[in-house]
Amino acid sequence: MAKTKITELSTEPNSDLDRRSFLRKSLAAGGAVAAASAGATQVLAEVNPANLPPNKPIWSQMLGPGVTQSPYGSPSPHEAHVVRRNIGWLTSSTQSSINFTPLQDLHGIITPNGLHFERHHGGVPSINPNEHRLIIHGMVKYPLMFTMEELMRFPSESHIHFIECPANGGMEWKDAQMESVQFTHGMVSCCEWTGVKVSTLLDEVGVDPKGTWVLAEGADGGAMDRSIPMEKMMDDAMICWAQNGERLRPEQGYPVRLLVPGFEGNMNIKWIRRLKVGTVPWMTREETSKYTDLMEDGTARQFTFVQETNSCITYPSAGQQLSHKGFHEINGLAWSGRGKIKQVDVSVDGGRNWRAAKLQEPVMNKCLTRFRIPWQWNGEKAQLQSRAIDETGYVQPTLVQLRKVRGVNSIYHKNSIYTWEIDTNGGIKNVQLG
Amino acid sequence: MFNSAKFIGGFLGSLLLVTPLLAEPLQYKLGRIATDKEIAGWDISVGPDGSNLPDAKGTVLQGEKLYQTKCAYCHGEFGEAVGRWPVLMGGEESLASMEPVKTVGSYWPYATSVFSYIRRAMPFYNPQTLSDEETYAITAYVFYLNDLVDEEFELNSESIMEIEMPNSTGFYGPDPRPDVQNVACMKNCVTGQGL
Ligand code: HEC
Repeated sequence: MAKTKITELSTEPNSDLDRRSFLRKSLAAGGAVAAASAGATQVLAEVNPANLPPNKPIWSQMLGPGVTQSPYGSPSPHEAHVVRRNIGWLTSSTQSSINFTPLQDLHGIITPNGLHFERHHGGVPSINPNEHRLIIHGMVKYPLMFTMEELMRFPSESHIHFIECPANGGMEWKDAQMESVQFTHGMVSCCEWTGVKVSTLLDEVGVDPKGTWVLAEGADGGAMDRSIPMEKMMDDAMICWAQNGERLRPEQGYPVRLLVPGFEGNMNIKWIRRLKVGTVPWMTREETSKYTDLMEDGTARQFTFVQETNSCITYPSAGQQLSHKGFHEINGLAWSGRGKIKQVDVSVDGGRNWRAAKLQEPVMNKCLTRFRIPWQWNGEKAQLQSRAIDETGYVQPTLVQLRKVRGVNSIYHKNSIYTWEIDTNGGIKNVQLG
Repeated sequence: MFNSAKFIGGFLGSLLLVTPLLAEPLQYKLGRIATDKEIAGWDISVGPDGSNLPDAKGTVLQGEKLYQTKCAYCHGEFGEAVGRWPVLMGGEESLASMEPVKTVGSYWPYATSVFSYIRRAMPFYNPQTLSDEETYAITAYVFYLNDLVDEEFELNSESIMEIEMPNSTGFYGPDPRPDVQNVACMKNCVTGQGL
């Protein structure tokens, strides 16, 4: 079972899972466990009574560093466990691989730039922006080439959208094997993206009305390419150079990337260098061999672009530990590639009874939505679930429902309801209900 | 001072900007025309109809030597894969089984996609370093490993269109989703083995 594989992995040097399994052992060894916020590494807090009331804490009796000690600031050293993590056994090379956002440690809806999940097919290219070009050609009147400086002079917009890998949750079609929400759902992140609308650029080059598909290609060693319907490109697609107020991170496509809100993460081509207009899809490897959904009868769905409605509870979630009976605010994230989230229901009894959670405003289009609901834990076994409904009325399905239609080998687009089972000691596990 | 010429120019300029429905090209006059040569250097995509395939050729025999030095240490001498690197052959009749094996032979619907992918992304640590001749030859050899061509085969922009991919009819669209209909039951709902 893959669960044992995760543990095996922990013998690898530099593995985050190393510390995880160490933590698990130390937890198992007993001792007072503080409310572990992380599904993974929570360094057990050492508390020096000399810093507690009525004493004056040491940091109040001295000065700290001055301004610009750290010209580009970083998180408190006490938050060092809040990091992206990958799973060694999942891929043969970290250069064509995936890592996961630590959803269990994040608040609100924005993913900090250093924590946005990564998915590369040929590693992260290091691109000199002065030497980067975007060419738009094919069935256009004027094939144009832009420098970054020229691109950034176009009228721009900013929008907050999630990006989700369609393989999010894809390791669990057959059984539950991931230990925390970071690994079950961490291939989704959400940022404010700034750039020019693709429609503005396509208008500028003068698209042939017969052009119905656009090929987007990256400048990475792998030249990742996907065919995207013209309709989407003219709707809300963007060519972006900034995320959360600063220029893109290299892992997110610096100097420039494509954003196709609500569509498969793989289509949001990073390090974009080329758009080519044509009449049919190019049938690239990433839309044939990969990112197609194999059904039970051996045929495969192709061009399943939309990321359907999904949600997860981030607190309390698998791998965490409830420290006390009584009040806990259950909270989590919901999103839909078809629009806005309308409602999120939460169950604490494995889906038998549900209550509507409160949605944090503003609720935005194709954007993470934070939901919260108060809960009193009575110390008994509980099974926490969240179920999102989007503005089209679509209700997030159960895994049983998905399996019935698609079997267990389609890898992609598994947006089923998850169950976090809390035992009487407050331990929390990822389980699947039959 | 009021400058009417400037004002009219500014007015016309803003008219252009506020009527995007016209979708006039070259509104912003940013960037420059990309030359055919510049485009040709970067346009490495190939259509499923064989469009944009380079004018070159390569044989299975030429491909064998290249494959064994540039590819086999990851993908295996016969495409069977070394360690956990991807397999390039096998998996026939496996797609409907519990352990499907997706390869060029068992899953890929178009021969042109194989050429296009090897050209852009392989060999993994040195992508985009193969010449057109080398790409044709190595791709021919990958087809040979999958019993799709015989050892005399020469791959070029025409012969590639004659290769029959076993799973060419295995894919379908349009997207049938939403394909499941959950109901937002709130009280005493039927569940599986829940509490
Ligand atoms: C260092 C190891 C390595 C070498 C050498 C290598 N490859 Fe690959 N190959 C990979 C990896 C890794 C992938 C998957 C990449 C991904 O999914 O992003 C891959 C994928 C492929 C695929 C697609 C498989 C599928 O079914 O989707 C083909 C075809 C391929 N390689 C052919 C070749 C050829 C031909 C060569 C020699 C020119 C070569 N490779 C050299 C590692 C390698």
